[in-house]
Amino acid sequence: MDISQSVIMTIMTAATPLLLAALGELIVERSGVLNLGLEGMMATAAACGFAMAIVSGSTTVGVLCAVLSAMALAGLFGFVTLSLGANQVASGLALTIFGLGLSGLIGAGFVGTSRPPLEPLFIEGLTDLPGFGKIIFGQDFFVYTSWILILAILIFLHLTRAGLTLRCIGENHHSAHAIGLPVLKTRFRAVLFGGACAGLAGAYLSLVYTPFWSPGMTAGRGWIALSLVVFAAWRAERVLLGALLFGGATVLQLHAQAASLGLPSQLLSAVPYLATLIALVFMSLGRKSGTVTPGSLGQPFVPER
Amino acid sequence: MKHIFKLLSVAGLALGLATGAQAQEKLKVGFVYVGPVGDFGYSYQHNQGRLAVDKALGDKVQTTFLENVPEPDSDRAIEQLVRTGHKLIFTTSFGYMEPTLKVAAKYPNVHFEHATGFKRAANVATYSARFHEGRYVQGVIAGKLTKSNIVGYVASFPIPEVVSGINAFMLGAQSVNPAIKVKIVWANTWFDPGKEADAAKALLAQGADIITQHTDSPAPLQQAEAAGKLAFGQASDMIRFAPKTTLTSIVDNWNDYYVARVKAQLDGKWTSIDTWGGFSANMVNMAPFTNMPEDVKKLAIDTEQAIKSGKLDPFKCPVYAQDGKEVPCNGKGALSDGQVLGMNFYVKGIDDSLPK
Repeated sequence: MDISQSVIMTIMTAATPLLLAALGELIVERSGVLNLGLEGMMATAAACGFAMAIVSGSTTVGVLCAVLSAMALAGLFGFVTLSLGANQVASGLALTIFGLGLSGLIGAGFVGTSRPPLEPLFIEGLTDLPGFGKIIFGQDFFVYTSWILILAILIFLHLTRAGLTLRCIGENHHSAHAIGLPVLKTRFRAVLFGGACAGLAGAYLSLVYTPFWSPGMTAGRGWIALSLVVFAAWRAERVLLGALLFGGATVLQLHAQAASLGLPSQLLSAVPYLATLIALVFMSLGRKSGTVTPGSLGQPFVPER
Repeated sequence: MKHIFKLLSVAGLALGLATGAQAQEKLKVGFVYVGPVGDFGYSYQHNQGRLAVDKALGDKVQTTFLENVPEPDSDRAIEQLVRTGHKLIFTTSFGYMEPTLKVAAKYPNVHFEHATGFKRAANVATYSARFHEGRYVQGVIAGKLTKSNIVGYVASFPIPEVVSGINAFMLGAQSVNPAIKVKIVWANTWFDPGKEADAAKALLAQGADIITQHTDSPAPLQQAEAAGKLAFGQASDMIRFAPKTTLTSIVDNWNDYYVARVKAQLDGKWTSIDTWGGFSANMVNMAPFTNMPEDVKKLAIDTEQAIKSGKLDPFKCPVYAQDGKEVPCNGKGALSDGQVLGMNFYVKGIDDSLPK
């Protein structure tokens, strides 16, 4: 494997958890709900996924449990913010704190255990193709899932009636309610979907990326995923771009250091954040009509009776 | 959460003792950790020290710990320990320095010990360990075992402790293999498994066949194992994460120190001192030497013994800086403790510019 190929593979590994979590959050925010609890859901999923994979000996069981645990937390968030109409920002922050604490509790018995990472795909004759063989045919389940998710989300949002409904509700929940769209039901499903994606992202961390459990191993990736959604202006294809940029900037600066290119590492570490700022500036400069933010984002909806 | 329960139970116990009020009260000793005790690294090793105190002096002493205490918020946690009757309190992270001093000024009758700091008071002692001694031994092993003559170093932050570690590693490696190169990647984090793994991958892609780290997670080790290369563990024995790859780990050992200090407190002989112990004080240990041939293992053991007995100092003079100039020798035949504690230069042969 030559260096450029290894760099691309590493960038994909770094980008995948961000991509998975951000894609889920994108759907949640397009429906008008702001769930700041990504970090907490990812941490709990990472702990649950690893714990169950160790107990059952099966990665599949681990991934399923990770997804279910994050969905359970998302369900709790949905109940508090949608059914009870609580403040979404406060509830989301609470969910992060709760999730991080819960992950420590779940993972406590599994600290210091290690297991082999999930094997990537290998197709005789395709994966060993020179150049792009490994990059296209040699990834693992999570990477392919993230690719499929982007396509599915693009189709769902822009080509299906359900996607249109979801966008309507996110833009203006009062109007959507007035024409009879199921605001709370749609939002609840979106929140659960966001939880499932965060669960996949968490499972990826503790089962593939670095196959062990340690408290705090999400290391802020949930927050980066949140900023990715804003960076991408709530568009799925730009989330992919952003995830590759964020992952790529981190990985490339590490490679630049290893190759002794003599670039200042602190500055390079800041590149993703500078890129976000620049993107935000361009977004607001290039904005001609209206805003790219979903109109009802973060506002609780209490139907009038 | 856990520490709240712990505190509540301590408070409950204190109440019980007050009402009972017959037997002599046990000495209460408190510990404040920056990470979770389950981090299998830095805080875990401090907690092992606390357990050693329990084991050695459990009939006279009662210990309490607070884990995951954020550094800016720590004065409240430390004060809480004072209010619940703790007479000796260990604060175990660099960032607790000012909060510890602040609380200590309010309670002159309580004794404090702050790890890795440099400010003392009449009731605040400091302690740290000479981790660079372990780095030198690792350097010797790496110098013998590398085939590509490139060693990858995952570093955290350019602070003196890390820089002196890199230098000691390089000097150890050069002592057996003058042609060796060390490639350094600054991860700019103490703990981010994903980023540490990526840093290790970058180093492996650049031809490193041995990885060493001054960050806290076992992720670089796992990457080395996946690539079929060799690596060193950090803070605790990490061989369980990479059984075919781990050569040895530098193990922090606070057990003897904590027992000795608690004993001093019990005997009324506690004074504010500064302790900086290494192999000889049993504060730094090497985990078993594994995955290496017998002759290298013997050389590693001999090097460790030589440092322990004082025959060898990792920074024995002459030491040459990166630009080839000799570093003034302020100690006895070696760099002084002050020079090592404030180290802000690379030694000759390191191909990296130190981030400022």
